[in-house]
Amino acid sequence: MSVNFGSKRIVVGAHYGLRDWLAQRVTAALIALLTALILIQIIFTSGEIGYDKWSAIFSSQWMKALTFATILGLIYHVWVGMRDIWMDYIKPTGVRLALQVFTIVWLVACAGWTIQVLWRL
Amino acid sequence: MSELRKNKPEFRNINAFNDLPTYRLPPAGWVSILHRVSGAFMFLLLPFIIWLFDTSVSSEISFYKFKSAFTIGLGIFPGFLIKLVTLGLIWAFLHHLIAGLRHLYMDATHSVTMEFGRSSALFVLILSIGLTVVLGAKLFGIY
Repeated sequence: MSVNFGSKRIVVGAHYGLRDWLAQRVTAALIALLTALILIQIIFTSGEIGYDKWSAIFSSQWMKALTFATILGLIYHVWVGMRDIWMDYIKPTGVRLALQVFTIVWLVACAGWTIQVLWRL
Repeated sequence: MSELRKNKPEFRNINAFNDLPTYRLPPAGWVSILHRVSGAFMFLLLPFIIWLFDTSVSSEISFYKFKSAFTIGLGIFPGFLIKLVTLGLIWAFLHHLIAGLRHLYMDATHSVTMEFGRSSALFVLILSIGLTVVLGAKLFGIY
């Protein structure tokens, strides 16, 4: 029987198990943190929230910086998740590659749009 | 192939049409598949989410456009549909967030017993659906 452990083990899948597993959890915590910070600011805003108070939440420099970092974390998070879905359900390599390329283009475009909105505030 | 071997039941992959309607998924299984469904849903609707962010923060005029999307509608989509899709997004985000926190908690504390898996999964389902109902009632102007 052929050796399937140690340095001779057969590696299958995406080949970056621990790194992406950990990155998905770290970015998840970052997204949860930003969510909590936005919620706290909404809760502690007195009176009805109109345009001024809502946009002010994202206008401060520290929120802009943190939101920017979270957007980058978010697209990595979504990339890992969507890649897992394609790997599990889509078997033909060509179709899977096409969907993975679509995912990357979609995410980078969305990140660009969001950052554009954020930085002109 | 022997006669005995032929008569043995054969288990292959789950067939979506024959097996899924009769397959009883445990609560943790529901949380797991809904984690995927909610994630994929938010991925596909990212442009809509960013549109909401863009119009709501960019200017007074765009903020008005943002608000009227929920009443008058947006292009060919009526306001009711916009509210319904937003409600779907609220659920998806809540479920994904709470189920994700469950994952982080389980990873950090090694809470991997069957009982914890079951009770925490029920907690996720009840909390996410409960909060969706509360926020949905607000969205549709019930209170």
